[in-house]
Amino acid sequence: MRYAETGFNLEIDLSRGSIERVESDPAWTERYLGGQGTAGKILWDRVPPDVEPFSPDNLLIFSAGLLLATPVPGANRTTVDTFSPQTNLYSHSLFGGFFGPELKHAGYDKIIIRGKAPDLVYLWIHNDKVEIRDAGHLQGKGALETGALIKEELNAPEAQVAAIGMAGENRVYMATIEHANSSASRGVGVIMGDKGLKAIAVRGTKDINIAQPQELFEICNPMYQEIYDNPYCGDVFLHEDDEGWHVDNFAWGNARERNKGYWNKEREARWKALSDDVRLRWTGCYNCPKDCHQAIKYPGRQTYFQKCYSKLTYCMAAYKELDFNYDILGVTQEHGLDGYSTPQVLAFAIELYEAGILTDEDLPGFPSDSGERFFYLVDKLVRREGVGDALANGVYWAAREIGKGAEDFDHNSMKKFEQLPLKLKMINYPYFLMYATGEKMTITQIEGSYPQAAIADRKEREEFVKNWDAAPERFKKWFLEWEPRTHPSIEESVHICDWNETMHYIDDAIGTCAFLSSFRGQFGGRPPYHLYNLPGFISHATGMDLDPDRLWEIGRRNRNMIRALNIRRGLRRKDEKPPEDHWKIRDPEMETELLDAYYEFKGWTHDGIPTKETLDGLGLEYVSEDFMKRGILPESEPSED
Amino acid sequence: MTDAAKKKIVKEIHVDLDKCIGCRACELACSSFHAKPRYSSTNPARARIRVVVDDLNDVYVPIRAGDYTPAECTGRHTHTINGKEYRECSFCGVSCPARDLFKEPDSGLPLKCDMCEDDPPLAEPMCVQVCPHDALTYEEREEEGGEEEPREELEIGLDALTKKYGMKKVMDTVARMAVSKKQ
Ligand code: SF4
Ligand code: SF4
Ligand code: SF4
Repeated sequence: MRYAETGFNLEIDLSRGSIERVESDPAWTERYLGGQGTAGKILWDRVPPDVEPFSPDNLLIFSAGLLLATPVPGANRTTVDTFSPQTNLYSHSLFGGFFGPELKHAGYDKIIIRGKAPDLVYLWIHNDKVEIRDAGHLQGKGALETGALIKEELNAPEAQVAAIGMAGENRVYMATIEHANSSASRGVGVIMGDKGLKAIAVRGTKDINIAQPQELFEICNPMYQEIYDNPYCGDVFLHEDDEGWHVDNFAWGNARERNKGYWNKEREARWKALSDDVRLRWTGCYNCPKDCHQAIKYPGRQTYFQKCYSKLTYCMAAYKELDFNYDILGVTQEHGLDGYSTPQVLAFAIELYEAGILTDEDLPGFPSDSGERFFYLVDKLVRREGVGDALANGVYWAAREIGKGAEDFDHNSMKKFEQLPLKLKMINYPYFLMYATGEKMTITQIEGSYPQAAIADRKEREEFVKNWDAAPERFKKWFLEWEPRTHPSIEESVHICDWNETMHYIDDAIGTCAFLSSFRGQFGGRPPYHLYNLPGFISHATGMDLDPDRLWEIGRRNRNMIRALNIRRGLRRKDEKPPEDHWKIRDPEMETELLDAYYEFKGWTHDGIPTKETLDGLGLEYVSEDFMKRGILPESEPSED
Repeated sequence: MTDAAKKKIVKEIHVDLDKCIGCRACELACSSFHAKPRYSSTNPARARIRVVVDDLNDVYVPIRAGDYTPAECTGRHTHTINGKEYRECSFCGVSCPARDLFKEPDSGLPLKCDMCEDDPPLAEPMCVQVCPHDALTYEEREEEGGEEEPREELEIGLDALTKKYGMKKVMDTVARMAVSKKQ
């Protein structure tokens, strides 16, 4: 019997209309756990580097993390893995809600989609019954509206639906996949649209088995109250009415300038009143006692769900107030547009217009108000109309397509991908490394375990370290010595980057929410899940024999395998640069040293390629062999005898 | 009968719809508690509590499984509460042919909430334990006269007569009637 997982994947070929239920290899679970880990292995095996993202041979993989549908609170993440047309690299996203657990109860750990449907379709998975159905009547429909329509036509109110909006249908690069109160961003909706797949509906009524039931129950049951009471986890910022931190630290416009002094008590009171007024309720994801998602009903808009920092991204990009943000989200959520990158693309277009690079000819009838301009541009973008066609490819590509100096306005992308609009003064060593070397395209998927700032008071620092269960010993020593406004050493920076990213690789394999784990150590240092208690949850659920060291090794294995996917597609040291003017004061010499030290620590070559020893040491011989065959790594010396 | 023996424990789960975040931990916990062996599997479709969700209309209603009915209702109400429309079924815990809820997925046999009866008893039912938002809260209270045997009609009638005429008068009358019947 398989525990925690179902042991089956669903293979869908949309070109041929074929559906297969395929048993997975239990040895893979031991090696990669599941979720992103096993999805990465499938991409490695089946999508060679010459496959274009828009090729029918590209795969789109939905994976329910290993612990989904077990009693472990907050394990509900579905990962979506594919290759992105924006970066031509590996693309990874996650969404919460209820979809992944439902998929498991239907009897599948993954849905692996290949090919392209000749006409728009949706997938209906009801336990063993799986159908590809016509979605012609859903074309152009909003993402959540699509979910509601599908549930109605299937007479399946309990089905869970993940769908794209018009943005995905039209292959807009920042298209999301929307599900209930959650979204998968970072360029996966575009592939779903390219495959002609409007939605996936799933309903499952099968059991998920637990290996050590009583033991697992005993550690899970107290977690509900613990997570509920823990002030450092969940979406802490979204629950605060004081937005001072975001509006002061993040840049406005096209990641252009900080607006210090904007925040005041009067504005806080006004914004709070508005939020309270438009919020229907706070909602949570499956089996999680936190409530990170606001259900919003804005006048004239359909109900939608707002999460994370998308509360402010549009208003800051348009230099508007909060009401504008709630209003435009009512439109962009239904189109299925990423709330992080889209506002930057729109602000970028306005900058180009103001600089005379885009003209009235490109933007006929362009309004004068920045808010109206945003609505105007969203409409062009999702339909790929006129200049919207270039903008729909993201800032990097749009700048090159538009030309006439537009390239100079692309200053906040990295590896061709829009980044958080941060504008800070002094380069931050660990952050430099996380930005430059991360495979996950956004810092929020890399940072999070080590505190962002030092604690000034020595006593408080000691207290913090004393209760810091989540941290490996070496970090306790370093944190104790860390004085405010000083850089961690090179060695420390390398380790901080390593710990932060490894925890994400663990979460993304088992499906625990980063808000309860890898993302939530950086303020307060009390993530409910961490390296030292996760092995217990995983072992009791699956029956695997895990301890922190073995778990760490799996995290490293997955990290290197995902790295290998990008290396095989051409990623090298030259690409590993943070966004251009993220920091005002840079230190090229130190940056070189940092990168050298990090690569060395990771067991990678000077060019950022995992070495044969590193790969073989992690049991990734198939990667090193492939690298040698392709000449990415030198052929090993022929042996003496 | 003593007074104490007449009291019964009433177990109540209060549901506060406004506090529900729709997490469905209650479903998972119920299914896991009732798995055999206990906690050995999860499956919300087997839970005796289900959260009826219609997220676009802000409807989140946890309902517990009640009795079984072989026939669905012929007419149904809708309720409007604070401007929100709820279907009558959204509040109904009956295992009924009109819908999937509260039936064992394999056998189709009806499911019914048993308040997590256990020996020794749980401090709180499982669904309540995993709901820190207090959308579900548990209360035990004593209610008068709960455990009395149902009284017969005659007794109820006599009770009413004694209240009206006094016990002595009733007994005298009964005695007189008995004597006259003998003759
Ligand atoms: S912490 Fe928040 S985002 Fe994460 S699973 Fe819980 S409710 Fe969802
Ligand atoms: S556990 Fe509580 S908050 Fe969560 S769905 Fe059930 S009743 Fe609602
Ligand atoms: S009281 Fe127990 S049996 Fe009833 S719904 Fe709650 S968990 Fe299930």
